[in-house]
Amino acid sequence: MSSIATDRADPDAAIGAALVQAASVTADTVLPPEPATTFTPPPRPTAPRQSGLAATLSHIRYVLSENLVTGFAFALFLLIVLAAVFGPALVPYDPLASDTVAALKPPSAQHWFGTDQLGRDIFSRVVVATRLDFGIAVASVVLVFLMGGLAGVAAGFYGGWTDRIVGRLADTIMAFPLFVLAMGIVAALGNTVQNIVLATAIVNFPLYARVARAEANVRREAGFVEAARLSGNSEFRIVSFQVLPNVFPILVVQMSLTMGYAILNAAGLSFIGLGVRPPTAEWGIMVAEGAAFIVSGEWWIALFPGLALMIAVFCFNLLGDGVRDIVDPRRRT
Amino acid sequence: MTTTLLDITELAKRFPAGKPAGPIARLRKRFAGGPEKLPQVYAVDDVSFTIAQGETVGLVGESGCGKSTLVRVLTRLLDPTDGGIKLGARELSHTPARRFARDQDRKRIQMVFQDAGESVNPRFTAFEAIADPLRRLRGLSGTNLRHKVEEAASRCGLPLELLTRFPHQLSGGQRARVGIARAVAVEPDLLVLDEPTAALDVSVQVVILQLLQRLKRELGMSYLFVSHDLSVVRLLCDRVLVMYLGKIVESGPARAVFDHPLHPYTQALVAAVPSINEHGHTRLRLTGEPRSPIDPDPNVCRFYGRCPNGVDRCKTEMPALRSFPGGREAACHFAELTAQ
Repeated sequence: MSSIATDRADPDAAIGAALVQAASVTADTVLPPEPATTFTPPPRPTAPRQSGLAATLSHIRYVLSENLVTGFAFALFLLIVLAAVFGPALVPYDPLASDTVAALKPPSAQHWFGTDQLGRDIFSRVVVATRLDFGIAVASVVLVFLMGGLAGVAAGFYGGWTDRIVGRLADTIMAFPLFVLAMGIVAALGNTVQNIVLATAIVNFPLYARVARAEANVRREAGFVEAARLSGNSEFRIVSFQVLPNVFPILVVQMSLTMGYAILNAAGLSFIGLGVRPPTAEWGIMVAEGAAFIVSGEWWIALFPGLALMIAVFCFNLLGDGVRDIVDPRRRT
Repeated sequence: MTTTLLDITELAKRFPAGKPAGPIARLRKRFAGGPEKLPQVYAVDDVSFTIAQGETVGLVGESGCGKSTLVRVLTRLLDPTDGGIKLGARELSHTPARRFARDQDRKRIQMVFQDAGESVNPRFTAFEAIADPLRRLRGLSGTNLRHKVEEAASRCGLPLELLTRFPHQLSGGQRARVGIARAVAVEPDLLVLDEPTAALDVSVQVVILQLLQRLKRELGMSYLFVSHDLSVVRLLCDRVLVMYLGKIVESGPARAVFDHPLHPYTQALVAAVPSINEHGHTRLRLTGEPRSPIDPDPNVCRFYGRCPNGVDRCKTEMPALRSFPGGREAACHFAELTAQ
C-alpha cells in the first residue's frame, strides 16, 4: 500500500474516518468553541522572573555539586587563576634572584621545592611562571576561538566558496606535524610571547574550524533558521544571533580541552629553546634546565615545574565536561 | 464578494538534480555542441490558485509531492523558478527571498512549522522567540514589546509564567503554542500552517485545532493548511487543493471534493482513510511507484502508471486542469464521466 495510508497510521484514524464519512459533520459541531476564551488583557505585574544572573549562578552551583570530578577540576582551575593573578605578590623569594650559597638545595622547610643551580627558589619560580604560561594559553585559545569559530561557522552556514577556502586552509595546517609547524612559525617570526600565542592559535585552527563548521552546517536547514527568516532577520543576523549561540557551547568545551594542549605547546617551545628565554620563570625552560641535573640526583629542579604542567593540563581536560553542563541550556532543569 | 488575498499564477520551482558539472566538463560540452542542461527536479510545476480573504484552504498530498516546496516558495523562503505570487496588489515573486526578509510585507505572510520543538531556537526563551518577529518586523521594544508578547501568548493560551522557559522545558503542546504565538504576534494576513498538529498527541491536536479556529475568527486571517490528515482538512477548510507530483490535480470545496472526488488520486486518498464501517478489501488501492519528478515527460499524465483507469491517451496527452460545476477543478481525462 502506498505511503498515503501508512502516514495516517495514528490512533485517531478511526475518528478521522468517521468524520470523513459522516457528511453532515461541520467544523462547529466537532470543534465546539473553547469555553470562555474571550481574550482578556494580561494582568500588568506579570510572571515572577528569576533574574538571569541569579539563575545562572544557581545553575553553576548545581552542576558543581552534582559532579565531584567537575567540582575538583573547578577548584584546581580556581587555584591556577589565583596563582596567575596573585602569585608574584605572594611568593617568598624573588624568582630571578640567585643565591649561590644556597644552590642545588633539596626541598626543605625554607625552600619547599628546593633550589636550582643558581640558588633560585623553585617554588617561587613555579608559582610565578603560572601567569606567563596561563596567559599564553588563554590568549592563544581566545584568538583561535575567534578565528576558527567565526571561519568555521561562516563555512558551515554559507557553504560554497567560503566553505572551500576554510576547509582547504584547515587541511593545509593539518598536513604538518603540528608541533613542528608551531616551531617553524616561531622560528620564522621571532622568539616573542606574541609569536608563541600566534603559533599555538594557528596549529589549533583546524580543530575549531571543523567543529564549528559541522555544527553550523547541521543548523543551516533547522526550523528555527527558517522561522528567523520569516521573522525578518537578515542572513547575517541569523548567523550571529541564531546559529552562533548554538555553536558557542560546543566551542567552549573545545576551548577547555585545547587549553591544556596550548600550555603544553608553549612549554614545549620553550623547552627546546624557541620561545620564552631564560632567565624568565617558565615551566618549559625550568624542566629543560632541570633535565641536565636529573642524572646527578637533583630531581627536584625538573620535577616540580613538570608536575605543575601536568596538573594544569589535567585540570583543563577535566574541565571540559563541566563547562558543557554549564553553558548548555538543555542541561538546565 | 470576497476579495482575493493571495493569487498564485503558473508557479514553478525546479531544482537542479545531481551535481553541476565542473568548469572543464562544461567547456567540453559547449565545444561538443548541444545545450548544457542539467536534469531538473520539477518540485512545483505550473501551479495556480487563489486564497480569498478569511478563507481556509487545505493543501493535501502524499510525502514528496511538493507541498513543502510550494509552501516555502509562497512564504518567500525560496525563490520561484517561474510564475507569479501576488499578495493583494503587490507582486512578490520579483523580490529575492533574501531581500524579502526585510520587506515591509514580510509580516503579512507568516508560517507555523510542523515540528515546534525544532522551529524554536533551543537557546531562546519562549519570550525571546515570540519577541523576535515583533522586534524585527514591527520595530517594537521595551514595554510595548513586552505587552505585545504577553498579548500574543495569552491569545494562544500560553501561561505567562512559561515565557521565561527554554523550549526543552516546555511540553509539546506548549511548544506548539509558542510557534503559533510567534506567527500570529505580528498579525499576518495569511498564515501558512505546515502540518501544525502532526508532531502532537491526539488529545493536544484537538485543542490546537480549536485554538487555530478561534485565532482565525479573532484576527481575520486566511489560512493555508497543509496536512495529510484528510479528516482535519475536511473539518477546517473551506476549499481544498490536492497535489500530486508537483501539480494540482483537483481543487474545490472541501466537502464536495471528499464526497465526490473527480480525480482518481483523490479517490484513492479518500479511500485510504481507515474506516470502522467498511471492509478493507472493497477499497481502492494504488499500486506501483510514483513517476520520477526528474525531467518528467510533459505529455504523460503524472499519475499514469499508478492510476487504476489509465489508458493510452494518458500516455500521449497530459490532462489539463478543467473547471467543473460547483467551483471545482480536476485534471483527468475521465473527470467528466466521474462527475455525471
